Amino acid sequence: MANILMRTANNAMDWVNERAPGMVPFYRKHMSEYYAPKNFNIWYIFGVLSTVVLANQILTGIFLTMHFKPSAAEAFASVEYIMRDVPGGDIIRYMHSTGASLFFIVIYLHMFRALMYGSYQKPRELVWILGMLIYLVLMAEAFMGYVLPWGQMSFWGAKVIISLFGAIPYIGNALTEWIMGDYLPGDATLNRFFALHVIAMPLVLLLLVVLHIGALHEVGSNNPDGVDIKKGPKGNRWDPNKPADGVPFHPYYTIKDMFYISCFLMIAAFIVFFAPAFGGWFLEHDNFSEANRLVTPAHIKPVWYYTPYYAMLRVVPHKLSGVIVMFGAIAVLFLIPWLDRAKVKSYRYRGKLSWALLLSFAVSFIWLGKIGAGTGTDPVETIIGRVLTAFYFLFFFTMPIWTKIDKTKPVPERVTMHE
Amino acid sequence: MKTSVLKRVVLFFAGLTLSASALAASGGDTLQSGVDLEDTASLQRGAQLYMNYCAGCHSLKYMRYSRIAEDLGLSEEQVMSNLNFTGAKFGEHVINAMPAVGAEKWFGKAPPDLSVTARVRGSDWIFTYLKSFYPDEARPLGWNNRLFPNAAMPNPLWEMQGSLRPVFTKKEPTGKQNDKGKPILGCPKGTSESEDSCIKELVMVQAGTQSAAEFDRTARDISAFLEYVGEPGAMKRQQTGIWVLLFLAFFTLMAWLLKNEYWRDVH
Repeated sequence: MANILMRTANNAMDWVNERAPGMVPFYRKHMSEYYAPKNFNIWYIFGVLSTVVLANQILTGIFLTMHFKPSAAEAFASVEYIMRDVPGGDIIRYMHSTGASLFFIVIYLHMFRALMYGSYQKPRELVWILGMLIYLVLMAEAFMGYVLPWGQMSFWGAKVIISLFGAIPYIGNALTEWIMGDYLPGDATLNRFFALHVIAMPLVLLLLVVLHIGALHEVGSNNPDGVDIKKGPKGNRWDPNKPADGVPFHPYYTIKDMFYISCFLMIAAFIVFFAPAFGGWFLEHDNFSEANRLVTPAHIKPVWYYTPYYAMLRVVPHKLSGVIVMFGAIAVLFLIPWLDRAKVKSYRYRGKLSWALLLSFAVSFIWLGKIGAGTGTDPVETIIGRVLTAFYFLFFFTMPIWTKIDKTKPVPERVTMHE
Repeated sequence: MKTSVLKRVVLFFAGLTLSASALAASGGDTLQSGVDLEDTASLQRGAQLYMNYCAGCHSLKYMRYSRIAEDLGLSEEQVMSNLNFTGAKFGEHVINAMPAVGAEKWFGKAPPDLSVTARVRGSDWIFTYLKSFYPDEARPLGWNNRLFPNAAMPNPLWEMQGSLRPVFTKKEPTGKQNDKGKPILGCPKGTSESEDSCIKELVMVQAGTQSAAEFDRTARDISAFLEYVGEPGAMKRQQTGIWVLLFLAFFTLMAWLLKNEYWRDVH
């Protein structure tokens, strides 16, 4: 019996190989013969977790589109219809809304990992650039998705964010109207954001993810030691010509990732089933009121993942300058591979100064996020926000200096296992 | 200024985890409602009270009578004869008969639909709101609300609650100044703002048909019912969640054992 099955499977494989000879080599290149450094630590799971969340967003999103009505008159009610009348609709909706926030959590941690271990340094600049493009598209994708339920925060958030384009001289107002298709966010806006959210942006996102992983697999993964395993000794149990410190991605990392994915799913499931609004951070209380252009909410703010940038926008007194600062804060991230002049990649082998600055940067980013989520009426907080914004830019602009003058420790020849 | 910046730094690190709860609280001090969604009897009483005292003006346009029956353990007959006074069909939504244009003329503002109000305000807010009405000659309908100043609606529960009278205190300087350098006045902690003065408390001047404890229960039952209406699937979702988490815990254990098995020979 087993023999027949094996033979059938082999025949099927041969049949495919004759017709598509590139498939097996592709599988080998990216899975069974992709040698990843064996010393990955827990910081290396956020890449795979973000693909898990992406898959979740696409799958739950497909089911949501089956019931959602992309019109200003019906959108809010259709979301309530999903929550109440569609079997399992509440869970699918919460998986999607929780997924959006978790996407940013894993992406931020993934980016911080790259900062910590110098994963953007040569030869991985392109990997970083593609990753940053993913981050940018993700922000647009999440913003448009947040508009769709057509609650008060959807409407007023959209109004505030889109009106930022109005700060651009000469073409600002025309551009704002062109984006909205109206003088205020309305039916046309919702309808086009739906199209962009469910098809245009996801296509771009998927393409970028393929390119990001493809670019990574060309140069190989970095690791917590920042040691290039391709330049180290050759020969492992599977192949005499491959890096000694590498293990095949499949099955070693696929199995290991399965465990971490499962841990992550426990956290995600806990939120979905027991705290889907997450105290107003993942689903804002005000967004359970239907959009009303005549009632301005006391306190308009975006979802938490934009609040660091929103804080920068608010603490800068001049609108156009604020917009420039806000977009500049994202643009400067693209330049990191060229701002970092350190001789070593990983912060494990960098000095105390680098560590202190990196941690201060992380704290100031979170703090800006907290300020952006606040009411923005506190003058002391505005001053703190300005200081933190200045620090944000100083951190990057002086990066070529402090990365160069900071002492480094000798990097070992081979990776060290820390687990 | 320097000390307040320093204070803020300490607050940031101490309060990072607490800020979620701070975010939820807005619009004055609310009382603890003590709502329990597992208390089906409370939800049933709440439904009855809602349909008798609130539904005349406030629709629940996303809520079906049949769903109420299903979730609150009531029969179709019970719902249709005790909770449905509009002649709507069993599967239809809880819509009221009040014309919107007329409502706006009578109250100054059409009574809002309350299907998802509990998700915006929270049940504690609703509980407090229901207990915060007081007579006010200056208002068109003769009622005002301590929690939600100048609310358009009259107190529908006054017969049960009895008549309350506000005790006013004067505003005090807050220590802050406005743009012109004049001191900004505010209400001391524990009081609420009402035009030029502050309300310290509401005192009973004439008892209603219910005692204070009984009326608390009435307000709690209505709040519980509205919290249920805000998300009828919440209880079932949490029950499902326990099984999902148990499965994931088992799967995680298996994945962990498998991982250890594979990684045993990597050094």
